[in-house]
Amino acid sequence: MEAMSWGTFLWTTFGAFLTLCIFSFLYKDNAFYKFAEHLVVGVSAGYFVIILWHNGLQPNLFDRLNDGSWYLLWLNSSKPWYMIPAILGFMMWTRFSRKWSWISRWPIALYMGIATGVAVPLEMKNRVNVQLYSAMRDIEWGNFFGTGLLDGGSGLSQLIIFVGTISALFYFFFSKEHTGVFKGVARFGIWILMIGFGASFGYTVMGRISLFVQRIQYIGDWTKVAWDSNSSGGFTLFWFITFGIFAVLAVYEIVKFVSKRGTEASG
Amino acid sequence: MNIFDRMMSFDRRWVFLFLALVCVITYVAKFSVPIVTTYEVESIYNRVESLNEGDILFLGIDYDPNALAELHPMAYAIAEHAFRKKLKVLFVTLSQNGPGMADQAIRDLTDSLRQDRTYNGVFYPGREIVNGEDYVFLGYKPYPGLVILGMGQNFRIPFPTDYYGTPLDSIPMMKGVLNYDQVKCVIDLAAGNVADMWIVYGAGRYNVPLALGMTGVMGADYYPFLNSGQVFGLMGGLLGAAQYEQLADNPGPAKDGMRIQLYAHITIILFILMGNIGFLVTRRKNGV
Repeated sequence: MEAMSWGTFLWTTFGAFLTLCIFSFLYKDNAFYKFAEHLVVGVSAGYFVIILWHNGLQPNLFDRLNDGSWYLLWLNSSKPWYMIPAILGFMMWTRFSRKWSWISRWPIALYMGIATGVAVPLEMKNRVNVQLYSAMRDIEWGNFFGTGLLDGGSGLSQLIIFVGTISALFYFFFSKEHTGVFKGVARFGIWILMIGFGASFGYTVMGRISLFVQRIQYIGDWTKVAWDSNSSGGFTLFWFITFGIFAVLAVYEIVKFVSKRGTEASG
Repeated sequence: MNIFDRMMSFDRRWVFLFLALVCVITYVAKFSVPIVTTYEVESIYNRVESLNEGDILFLGIDYDPNALAELHPMAYAIAEHAFRKKLKVLFVTLSQNGPGMADQAIRDLTDSLRQDRTYNGVFYPGREIVNGEDYVFLGYKPYPGLVILGMGQNFRIPFPTDYYGTPLDSIPMMKGVLNYDQVKCVIDLAAGNVADMWIVYGAGRYNVPLALGMTGVMGADYYPFLNSGQVFGLMGGLLGAAQYEQLADNPGPAKDGMRIQLYAHITIILFILMGNIGFLVTRRKNGV
């Protein structure tokens, strides 16, 4: 095990402490969770402000205007046109005044117009047209089973996609009563939708467990460092303090919970 | 109160506790589970494997620390694979809390690449990867859609300097690199709608070959883009990362986590079955 400095170990211990704080919410809302939650929100906001300054405003605006003079509003710089987005950005800040907030509508309108103009044709092409083409491809009857059930390019997969798309669209066709054949196709469509929701749910469960797995690995690594490091005496003490706080609280709450349940059952 | 009634009034906190115990026990007990690789991950691995020395791979670290568990293993596995093959890697992050995390990952990889390693029977001697020659980290810019479009014209429009403040024109690796035309493919690791923007504005507008690595929650939603050929590969969640580690013969935290994942899933399935059996029996008993 590579030796770790005290500073790094303390930060790692703080990370483990915050992990346990967050997981304590699974039992019930408490002060430890609130502390960790507020810390995340505060640190994220502060970090974003600094990142935005150093990665956005500084290189993309001020560095490009830095050969001009601030008292001339940088209009004498070699790239004075960068003042246009700067002024538009400044106009957005009028949102904080009731009297002047109407000024912010101009940059918002400009931004909305540009964003819509850029987005509409590309979204239409890539989300609608290309998806329609892919649902209407010829079914490869000669390669019906492909290399197996997981082969997305097989004729069977293409057939399932085609039938699934049509029947799911039938379910969302509300201007005709769902009876007879129409009802059967719509019913099949809802099954297809349910399979899709099931796949999403399965992936979501996997995702959530993955987060927990990573935290276990983190705490496991932290524990290993505490026990195996050259400075194991002090590190182990910190491990006991951090874990001990939560262990004592957990045992106390479990005993309280079980005795409360016992009282309720006997009463 | 019979067992089925108890099932219905079972406190969810016992489920959490039991699941946590299962996860901790399977973490402590070291054993491995087989990883079956799928076409969509293989196609990403094969694309990286097919690139030649000096080719540029664009790696988007478009996630925040809350998705680190699933996407960081992908970033490490892909970047290490690329560096071992002596590809040049262009890192970008379009997620606000991503820059520090991406910078840390690059530092970790620099340390790891100094070691001699053998992957899939091929010996790779350790080497020093140099900022500006082997990789460039462009950093972060807000408004991902506009940044993706801007990079399609010229990387220097949204990124006049790299993350460390060096002008792109003075970086050796960026000489002659104008836009996506000089990039062999983009692999975007995303935990949000940045993935959609890469599909629509990157692959859709500039026809750049695109693959996606994404969180498990997003996984199922992006298969239509694989079927339509808009992306050439997909990696979903920790499983996708584990598959890449398996293919690259570079076991890491994702592959290590799969045994925990497996038993956690079995536990959840058992609880779902128990809950449903309890629900159906009590409903029948109550005559509903």
